[in-house]
Amino acid sequence: MNLPEDLRYSEEHEWVKVEGDKVRIGITDHAQDELGDIVFVELPEVGDELAVDDPFGSVESVKTVSELYAPISGKVVEVNEELDDSPEYVNESPYEKAWMVVVEPSDSSQIDKLMTAANYQAMLEED
Amino acid sequence: MADVKRTPIFPEYEKLGAKTVDFGGWDMPVQFAGIKKEHEATRTKAGLFDVSHMGEIYVEGPNSEEFLQTVLTNDLSKITKKRAQYTVMCYPDGGTVDDLIVYKLDEDQFLLVVNAANTDKDFEWLKKHKIDGVSITNHSDAYGQIAIQGPKAEEVLQKLTSTDLSTIKFFRFDYPVTFKGVKGNALVSRTGYTGEDGFEIYLDAEVVRDLWNQILTAGEDVGIEPVGLGARDTLRFEANLALYGQELSETISPIEAGLGFAVKTDKQVDFIGKDVLAKQKQQGTRRKLVGIEMIDKGIPRHGYDVFHDNEKIGFVTTGTQSPTLQKNIGLALVQTDYTALDTEVLVQVRNRQLKAKVVSTPFYKRPKQ
Repeated sequence: MNLPEDLRYSEEHEWVKVEGDKVRIGITDHAQDELGDIVFVELPEVGDELAVDDPFGSVESVKTVSELYAPISGKVVEVNEELDDSPEYVNESPYEKAWMVVVEPSDSSQIDKLMTAANYQAMLEED
Repeated sequence: MADVKRTPIFPEYEKLGAKTVDFGGWDMPVQFAGIKKEHEATRTKAGLFDVSHMGEIYVEGPNSEEFLQTVLTNDLSKITKKRAQYTVMCYPDGGTVDDLIVYKLDEDQFLLVVNAANTDKDFEWLKKHKIDGVSITNHSDAYGQIAIQGPKAEEVLQKLTSTDLSTIKFFRFDYPVTFKGVKGNALVSRTGYTGEDGFEIYLDAEVVRDLWNQILTAGEDVGIEPVGLGARDTLRFEANLALYGQELSETISPIEAGLGFAVKTDKQVDFIGKDVLAKQKQQGTRRKLVGIEMIDKGIPRHGYDVFHDNEKIGFVTTGTQSPTLQKNIGLALVQTDYTALDTEVLVQVRNRQLKAKVVSTPFYKRPKQ
């Protein structure tokens, strides 16, 4: 299981990468593996406000629909539109090509509450 | 999970990288290498399915055909020994008890292959309506079942048996058939649940695992894949084969589900549900199963509501992104007024209503050889 050290992780299997005063968000390698072949990704629009722990989109595999839960609150400033045509990026490259949104956090202290790679791994092992 | 059942092939799943799920009380593989890969392998090469969870019920005795004619909607008198028939069991109101395949083993001996989750219900239903001169036994635990499906199915299976499989035509079967490296006799029918050519094989639960492994080895050179329930579902859905609990249920009649071909209301015998089903056939039903294809971006899913203007007109029974067609499609049970081809409808996908249109089914038909 690939878990980059420089990311933070949520209990709902999203990753967060801090990039200056913004954060990039996607789903983890573990999440994509659990879901199987991803065929559709539904994302918010630029300008939408995310509220921590609320659904902000969905990822669909052949078999199931899985909601995306915001790991932090903030305003969407970029959306990965390539996932419209290439949802398989989520399986192939969950931390690189399949980033989902870039957000301007409204409360950056929420980032500190997210798990480190080690803590996230420990959570996965408990399951 | 205390009571979860496992098929005799379960010990192989982990080696093959399966993810398992609880399916009607059975711990079954939802996928092995991945739904899309397994789906494609079955459409282009061969797929191997463990369907040992299916129920096998024997109906025997001098009056067995007479009895089955009263509980099954299809006309059993149309088939001779060593033939099989797709048929339905209904309630008096036309709702569906189950859909099944009946095998005519002999003039007074029939094998009913029923949906796993319905086995106990079906067995009780049959016993409740039984007449003299009939014995009914549930042999589900004694049997294993494997399906091999796909254009290369015959080629692969033929490597393991001296029985000429080309002599087994569609919906016919042979017994006894023996396989290399597998003890005992098997029943082999040219049937399936994928829309492809292929076989379903019934044999003793104790040896089904040996046959599974023999077939995987024999199919290696054509690229056979073990297939889980996920791809089994997308394959049968593209071919417009009904799934009990989705296209059929206690409240959905086989006529509504488009299975009129298996409901012979002109057969002489009175069967359970005949009056209602005959009326539905003559006068039409208020709702019907149709194919839909999304116009807007989104995937229809089982249980999503379907609207026209502001009126709810039905619901999606099955939907996904078709791996073969790469389209977002579904089957929906909707009011008959809205079932003409190209009719626009709205599918409630979470908080949005997305446009779709009525299309013809089946979504997929295998190319003629």
